[in-house]
Order: sequence, then structure tokens, then C-alpha cells
Amino acid sequence: MSVVEAPPTQSDTLEPGSRRSLGSYLRDNEIDTRMVGMIAVLLAIWLVFHFLSGGTFITPRNLWNLSVQTSAIAIMATGMVLVIVSRNIDLSVGSMVGTVGMVMAMLQVEWLPPLMGSGNSWIWLVTLALGVVLGALIGAFQGSIIAYVGVPSFIVTLGGLLVWRGFAWLTASGRTIAPMDATFQLLGGGSSGSLGETGSWIVGGVACVGIVALLVMGRRRRRKFGFRLRPTWLDVVLGVLGCAVVLAAVWVMNSYYLPENLAIQYAEEHDIPVPEGGLQIPLGIPYPVLILIGVTLVMSFVTNRLRFGRYVFSLGGNPEAANLAGIKTKRTLVRVFMTMGILVAISGAVSIARLNAAVSGLGTLNELYVIAAAVIGGTSLSGGIGTIPGAILGALVMQSLQSGMVLIGVGAPVQDVVLGVTLVVAVAIDTIYRRRAAR
Amino acid sequence: MTMPSQNGSTPLVEMRDMSVSFGGVHAVKDVTIDLRPGEILGLVGGNGAGKSTLIKTLAGAQKADSGQIFVDGEPATITTPRDAKAYGIETIYQTLALADNQDAPSNMFLGRELMTRWGTLDDSAMEDATRKIMGRLNPRFQKFKEPVASLSGGQRQSVAIARAVHFNARILIMDEPTAALGPAETEQVRELMRQLQSEGIGIIMISHDIHDVYDLADRISVMLQGKLVGTVNKDDVTMDEVLAMIIIGKKPEEVTTKELEQLHG
Repeated sequence: MSVVEAPPTQSDTLEPGSRRSLGSYLRDNEIDTRMVGMIAVLLAIWLVFHFLSGGTFITPRNLWNLSVQTSAIAIMATGMVLVIVSRNIDLSVGSMVGTVGMVMAMLQVEWLPPLMGSGNSWIWLVTLALGVVLGALIGAFQGSIIAYVGVPSFIVTLGGLLVWRGFAWLTASGRTIAPMDATFQLLGGGSSGSLGETGSWIVGGVACVGIVALLVMGRRRRRKFGFRLRPTWLDVVLGVLGCAVVLAAVWVMNSYYLPENLAIQYAEEHDIPVPEGGLQIPLGIPYPVLILIGVTLVMSFVTNRLRFGRYVFSLGGNPEAANLAGIKTKRTLVRVFMTMGILVAISGAVSIARLNAAVSGLGTLNELYVIAAAVIGGTSLSGGIGTIPGAILGALVMQSLQSGMVLIGVGAPVQDVVLGVTLVVAVAIDTIYRRRAAR
Repeated sequence: MTMPSQNGSTPLVEMRDMSVSFGGVHAVKDVTIDLRPGEILGLVGGNGAGKSTLIKTLAGAQKADSGQIFVDGEPATITTPRDAKAYGIETIYQTLALADNQDAPSNMFLGRELMTRWGTLDDSAMEDATRKIMGRLNPRFQKFKEPVASLSGGQRQSVAIARAVHFNARILIMDEPTAALGPAETEQVRELMRQLQSEGIGIIMISHDIHDVYDLADRISVMLQGKLVGTVNKDDVTMDEVLAMIIIGKKPEEVTTKELEQLHG
């Protein structure tokens, strides 16, 4: 029996040979055309800067640094996606980085060594764990006020922006805390904070196996239920392309070598003879990037495969419907802000490790970069729409613009102008695109 | 689906002396209605009569100040939408209550997702179940992967209906089920309601459209200003007498011929 006839104009079957655009073909095969467009924009930015800078942008050295610089913002942007998708905002993340970063610095420099013994090799882990707990608590605290008291998140986190900045100063009375624990420093990248050549190839290999496994499992599941499969050639292309990108990235990371003086120092420490023509020690994937990859995988899993993620999107799409469906929306909101807090702590750890110091101004303006990354990456401020990989691409686009401008000698004021204009233009294009797609 | 007893001695649902007030205003006051298996009960009244508030207490979306609900003659505690669903009470809201940014399967299973044995969402199983139920309700429905925002009004309606039917509703609440539909789509919803009725499901139908109610309902409960005017067997009354109940709040035995004539004045 048929309840409702679909209007005759709507044909949902794929007719081979009929005139359909490439875009709609890709969409029918569940490929995010928006993401493809963003990758194209990113590549265009890279090429333009490569040309303008006389060939210094697309080099292992620059790309390696770009990836490290992007990590701290991108880690937080994945959490901001969930916050914005749930129709909220978090303006306090920059200040939270300050407070949590300062507390982690104090822990490893002043508070833990007397308790655990100076130079204890577990200090870095205890510091990180306590930092994550603190981030989660701050997030849960702000989230509870938003969800249960009903104060708008804009206000709660605007207050948080001031409060946590104040606490960042109060924690160490405005002192600069340095240097960090030797192991903790590795989290920030730097000359020894990377995986090395062999380790990087292993990570790349595992990633390739993962990509192929996901494609194969996806096909198997669809076949089991008798759904239409993607054309085999398209899956093969996706698999080959995915693996190629991963392996190319690893190759780039492995093509950046330890600077010569550091390499010689390293050689002396490890009794390695320095060969003729200099010593080339590949750095490989920096630890902050490895952390970002881990965060991306976990956050993608949470948003796509867990109930929690689905509920965040549902309540962002229609809060009333989520309530009527029996979803505990308040608890879900608290968890969203808790997740944000945990990511702030991880990002703060990367930042202080990279600086090898904590200052009370740590993370200033980070909230704006994080929100901008999420929004450029396609997260809709009206809620319900956004992706984790999109936010990372957004962070990468912003950092590429900034690094590129530095490389070609553009001054800081002009950089700000360009970044601001980019944000507005990106959202304008997105709005127009969505309006057209909705038709 | 198990067929409830058809003898009619035990109502599927009885709502006894329900009252809800908002800041001193009685939205619903001492209303008692019941619903029998395989029956369509029309709940009618003007704007602000309290129909929606009354059924929201049954759906778990609104807390009642006083009154009691019985399901199969047993006292039932319904304070959340989840409680209502546990009693087999499904609701199709006028707004449809769909998450517009999500696809049909996600909406069908919203709050009741199918999970794999690893505790992750089983999207394929949900899509499969959605395809099966849609094959029954609306065979031409094909947009299983698109946000429901991009669907037509009728398609959205069929997603909302499928959601209620899939979970073996015994008691179905439909708030203005045909208000947003064209004539052909309306007829299809009516046909579906008759089919569900024949399966022993009790339906409470809220409507502004007196013709709709008069055509479909077995009994009609009329509300005015938060109070129950009365419940009548459709076969015992004329449409004018129902109108008189809605507008001037008088039962058929109280209303005068003159008052009936004035309704058309």
C-alpha cells in the first residue's frame, strides 16, 4: 500500500548514460563533493604560494613545519565541530588553553617533582592525565551551566574567556614556567619530537591497510543487505588515491632532515661516524601530527559510529524532535563541552611542549582560530551540520595562508586582513552552495 | 503483532481526570477520555481547547498536574517520551518531529538506534529496516541517504508514520495527520489509518477538520476551553451536533434547534 506518492519529477534511480553532472554522480556514490572542493582550494593555495615564494612553499621543510603549526588548532577544531553542531559556541577555549597549560607546566616543573622525585620518567604522563581531567572538569562545569541552568553558551563561555585567562595568570602569579620535562617536550614536535623514518613508514603502512579494510568492509556490509554498491573502479580509485596520499605525506615527512649542527651533535652523542657530505637523519612524522591523527580517528568514530555523535547532530538539527525521541539532550550537551575540554587540554599540552614554556598569555585568540577553522571547514553556525575532516582542512587552509604570507614577507596586519576576508568569503561560498543544493 | 482483546471491556487507554495548568491558566481541566482496541477516537475542538496539551501528557512530552493514566486497565506512569513508547504509545506530531539534517533511517530510529555487537551504530541494518517498512508504506520512496529536509511534505510524513508503525505501536496518537497534505496524500493517510485500525491498533486523532473526523472516527471527544464537552458515538450524532459541541459547548441533548440553525447563520 502506498501512503504518499513521490512527485513524478523525483527520480532516484541511477540511469547509466543519462546526462548527469560529475558532482551528482559522486554524491550518489556517497562521496562528499564539498570536501573534494576544499582539498582543491587547499592545493590551489599551496601552488600559488609555491609560485610567489620562488619554490619554497611545497618543500619538505615548510610542509613539515606547517603540519606542526596546524596541529594545536586542528585538535581543538574537531571538538568545536560538535559544539557548533549542537547549536552552541565555546569562546573560552583559548583561555582554557592558558589555564590548563599553565597548570600542566606547574605540575611538571614545581608540583610533581617533589612528590615523584625529580626526573621521574612518569611525570610527563601524570601531568598529561591530570591536565586532561582538569580540561574535562572545566568543560563539564561550563556545559552544566549551559544545559541545566539554561544560560546561553555564548554568555557562559564569554565569562569563561575572562575567568580562565585570569586563572592562567593566578596559577603562577604571571611567571613564565620553563623548561618542560624532557619527555613532555616531545609532544610538541621539535628536533627530537618525531617518529623517525622507520616508525613513520610503519604508520603509513597501517593507514593504508586501514583504508583498504574500510572500503572492503563497506562493500561487504552493503552486499549483505543487498544495497547498491559503488562501482568497483571507483572503490579501487579511492583506495589507491587514499594510500598514495598517505604514503606521499610520509615520504615528505621523511624527506625533512635534522638540521646539520643538530645532526652532528646527535651523531656525537650516539657514536655514529659522520659520513662525507653530511649526515641526513630523517625526522618523519612529528608527534603533534601523530596526536592530531589519533584525535581525528577517535572524533570521527565518535561522531559517525556512536550514539552520542548521532544525538549531538539530532539535537542540533531539531532540539524538540530529539527531546520527543527521548534523547537526554542535557546530558548530551554536557558531554559535548566535556569533550571540548579534553581536546583543549591535549592541545594545551602540545603548545607548552612546543614552546618549552608556559606563559599566562598562552592560547590568546585561539578561540577565534578554532571557530574559524570549524566554520571554514563547513560547520554551520545554525547547527546540525559539520564534519571532523572538514574542520581539519579548515585549520590547514588558515595555517597555509598564514605561513605562506610569512614566507613571501607579508606583514602581520595584512595577514589579519587576509584571514578575516577568507573567513567571510568561505562562509559566503558555503551559504550559496547550500542554498543551491537545497533546491 | 499481538492482537489486543476486541471485546471492548478493557480500554487500551484510559485518561482519568487529567489536569494541566500553565501559570494559573487551566489548559486542561478534569478531562477523562478512553480508547478501545481497533478504534479511532477523534479529539476535536477549537484553537486553545487543550487537545494537544492533553495528548502530550499521554505521549510523555508534558507533565500532568493531576489525573491518572491506565493502560490495559493497569495504572501507568508516563513522565517521559521513553515511558510512553515502552507502553506501545507512539505519537506523530503535527510538526512531525524530524531531525531535518539527518536521513530517513536515522530519523526512524532516533533514540532507538540499532547497534552492532561492538556497541556502534548499525547504519546498514537501520537502512535495511527502513527500506522494508517503506516498501510497505510508500514503495516509491527512494531517498534513504538524504537529509529529510530535502524531502517533500508527503515523504516526510511517511517517514514520521513509518517511525510510529515500525515499533509496533498499540496506541497511535496522530496530531493533525493530514493538515500539511494534498488531497491524494490525505486519502492515502486515511487508508493507512483504516488498515492500522483493522489490525487492532487504537488511534487518537486530533483534527481541526470536522469532515475528516466525522468520516474516520468511531467516537468523537470534544474539548472546549480545557474541559471535555462530551464524548459521542459518531453514528448517534449529526455533523451539526458535533459542531455545536465544538462552538457553543453543548451536548446534542442540550442544544436547541434554534442554536443549531444559528451555526450556519
